[in-house]
Amino acid sequence: MSMSREEIREKVIDITCDQLKVSRDQIKDESAFVEDLGADSLDIAELVMEFEDEFDLEIPENEQGIRTINAAVDFISGKATK
Amino acid sequence: MKGRNAVITGGARGIGEAIARALARLGVNIIIWDVLADAASATSASLNQEYGVKGVGLAVDVTSEASVTAASEQVIAEFGSLDILVNNAGITRDGLLIRMKEEDWDAVLKINLKGVWIGTKIVGRLMLKQRRGTIVNIASVVGVMGNAGQANYSASKAGVIGLTKTSAKEFASRGVRVNAVAPGYIRTAMTDKLTDEQRQRMQALIPLGELGEPADVADAVAFLASDASRYITGQVINVCGGMVM
Repeated sequence: MSMSREEIREKVIDITCDQLKVSRDQIKDESAFVEDLGADSLDIAELVMEFEDEFDLEIPENEQGIRTINAAVDFISGKATK
Repeated sequence: MKGRNAVITGGARGIGEAIARALARLGVNIIIWDVLADAASATSASLNQEYGVKGVGLAVDVTSEASVTAASEQVIAEFGSLDILVNNAGITRDGLLIRMKEEDWDAVLKINLKGVWIGTKIVGRLMLKQRRGTIVNIASVVGVMGNAGQANYSASKAGVIGLTKTSAKEFASRGVRVNAVAPGYIRTAMTDKLTDEQRQRMQALIPLGELGEPADVADAVAFLASDASRYITGQVINVCGGMVM
């Protein structure tokens, strides 16, 4: 996969808006899915699966680090360049 | 109910077919997932002719995530949504526990319990996205009361009841309901093989005094699949003539 970090960030934000039913202007890079965007545990599970499908990668069940938009983009960029 | 799309696993024959028929009568499009591909197509064609609903019969192995995923994608592509799932496919391999072979334990658990988990997992995700849907699992009263000779079957059906309640809790926030119907002794190809004496003994246990019909089970499923049960989730309805109370 050859997506730039910016492209990944755009997709992550798109998917987050769609899944959490929030508007783009509510989302900042440091927004936390649960604390800032109101996600519940089922939302997180669905988000992770959307990321997996969209970026064609696997996010381990115990990946607790992905709490924010930034962390998701970092994780996906890291995987994508490996 | 008109225009909604329902998947019935194991819907080609028996109680599954009765369920398909009851939903088709309400105008629901019927998708049958069955290992018996020809029988599934035949049932679906007859429903189309009788009730004018759209339908298709697909060869699906409910114990395979890949098979169920592909079939779900096909339903969405052809029908646009998947509103009702009836996890009905099941088998029996009876025998006394101390003589039961491991392969008979495994086969029953795999189809009756793992199959329901896979259907719920794959179709449930679609329903969560739709923010709409209802799942009805076919359990059995023997999952509640036990039955000599059915260690594997009763364990699998008790498992279905636990799975029903957990998925109801996990899906409730998205408006997706999950319930179960637990049939008692229902007149099917299996009970037709009983001797008169066996049947009389069985009937003595049933307060309403007779065996049930597949349509009795199907009516309960139709209720749980419809908006008439919109405030009901995580429940098990025993359709057993009062045998379990």
